[in-house]
Amino acid sequence: MIKVEDLHKSFDGLEVLRGTSFEVAKGEILALIGGSGHGKSVILKHVTGLIKPDRGHVYIDGKEIFRLRGDDLEQLRSRFGFLFQGGALFSSLTVFDNVAFPLREKTKWSEHEIKERVLAVLDHVGLGGAEDKYPAQISGGMIKRTALARSLVRNPEIMLFDEPTTGLDPVMAHTILDLIKSIHKNLGFTGIIVSHELTRVFQIVQKVAMLHEGRILTVESPEGILSSRDPVVHQFVTGSIEGPI
Amino acid sequence: MVLVRKLGAVSLLGIRRIGRMGLFLAKALVYASTPPMKFSQVIRQLHFIGLQSTLVIFLTGAFTGMVLGLQGYYTLNRFGSAALLGPMVALSLIRELGPVLSALMVTGRAGSAMTAEIGIMRISEQIDAIELMGLNPIRYLIVPRLLAGLIALPLATAIFDVVGIFGGYLVGGKLLGIGKGTYFGEMANYVDMKDILGGIYKSLSFGVLISWICSYKGYYAGFGAEGVSKATTQAVVLSSVLILFWDYIMTSAIF
Repeated sequence: MIKVEDLHKSFDGLEVLRGTSFEVAKGEILALIGGSGHGKSVILKHVTGLIKPDRGHVYIDGKEIFRLRGDDLEQLRSRFGFLFQGGALFSSLTVFDNVAFPLREKTKWSEHEIKERVLAVLDHVGLGGAEDKYPAQISGGMIKRTALARSLVRNPEIMLFDEPTTGLDPVMAHTILDLIKSIHKNLGFTGIIVSHELTRVFQIVQKVAMLHEGRILTVESPEGILSSRDPVVHQFVTGSIEGPI
Repeated sequence: MVLVRKLGAVSLLGIRRIGRMGLFLAKALVYASTPPMKFSQVIRQLHFIGLQSTLVIFLTGAFTGMVLGLQGYYTLNRFGSAALLGPMVALSLIRELGPVLSALMVTGRAGSAMTAEIGIMRISEQIDAIELMGLNPIRYLIVPRLLAGLIALPLATAIFDVVGIFGGYLVGGKLLGIGKGTYFGEMANYVDMKDILGGIYKSLSFGVLISWICSYKGYYAGFGAEGVSKATTQAVVLSSVLILFWDYIMTSAIF
């Protein structure tokens, strides 16, 4: 369903991606792991077409995203849900209005239908009763859950999670990952998750891709990654100070 | 050779930036003339750019008119033409100071906030979120600001002119003794429709210019708080300089 092929990208002469390639099959969740600042978020933005590569391709269901324009691109993007690292909530809108935003803008639903759907999704992520609050009035965990609710409100086929648990306490991190797991069970979306919470994330993904020096070093099952003998992968998953990283 | 190369690189960068700014404006103008239109956003921006600038426009207009009344009276009195104070104040305001000072005030009050707001939306990935929802961020964020600028600036200028003219009368008439009939009567003899239209054309173009530059700088703001603060400063400086530059071009073309 998602095919990333030979992506190259530099920013101000700094080569971030040097031929990144991997695939994610329909209904599968892939964990993208690797050191901080190695370009994992950059890959997610390439997958959605927000960033154009210097070289390389991204195919969604066989269609190259960088070739799409106008309505075709908008149509493809409407199949995506993206959970941004910081939430990317609109600060001038309440929790309810943030979640209702994509429905108001992109569907012809009545306000009654929108209200029903938004309240149901908010309830599902445990935010029932917080709908009138503004992003500045809620905690980091609630911001993440609101953003998750907003990205899910249109039942996306493809979900991209950019560090969904960063900055959260262990309990809240667990809650968010459990939510992702249960939503995947219900919706069956195809997903990519960027996270450093390896142990917990490995319980909800089918495949893990290790990014190192701009390339995908290996794509394996979570068990395969944990038992890998590759010195880079081994050092990364064990968190050892000694090693090639 | 190194100097020539550097000069070439700087020139190319400059041309590229101007091209990007031009394309940004062209896209916004195309989207502004094609449906769908976000009327609720236009109203919101009109409230912010126009209505919330009224007080500052009122105060600047009043004091500008009062200073013009004072300075104009002493200058004209030397030539025995103090009776022409009304036309002098009115023409200065309508042709020049009204559009220019209103635009500079709106730049400082609303333009800087516009850049900061869009810049924060950029660095907090809100613009990316809008794009990923299948919405066009230029149509959604920039077009309403462009249209609001286009509508608000002539209105702000009109308020500035009227308040300024009365400010001039307050000094010239009430303090320095020029009669009401002389002040306002002479004005009708000397101020043409061409002067008024010239002022309106100027303020319309300044409205587009402020929204364009300030939105553009926010839209392409750099990283972090420093990027937004830099973009805001650049937006205010560039808008102010371009307002004065464009004013000269418009004055030489219209009058």
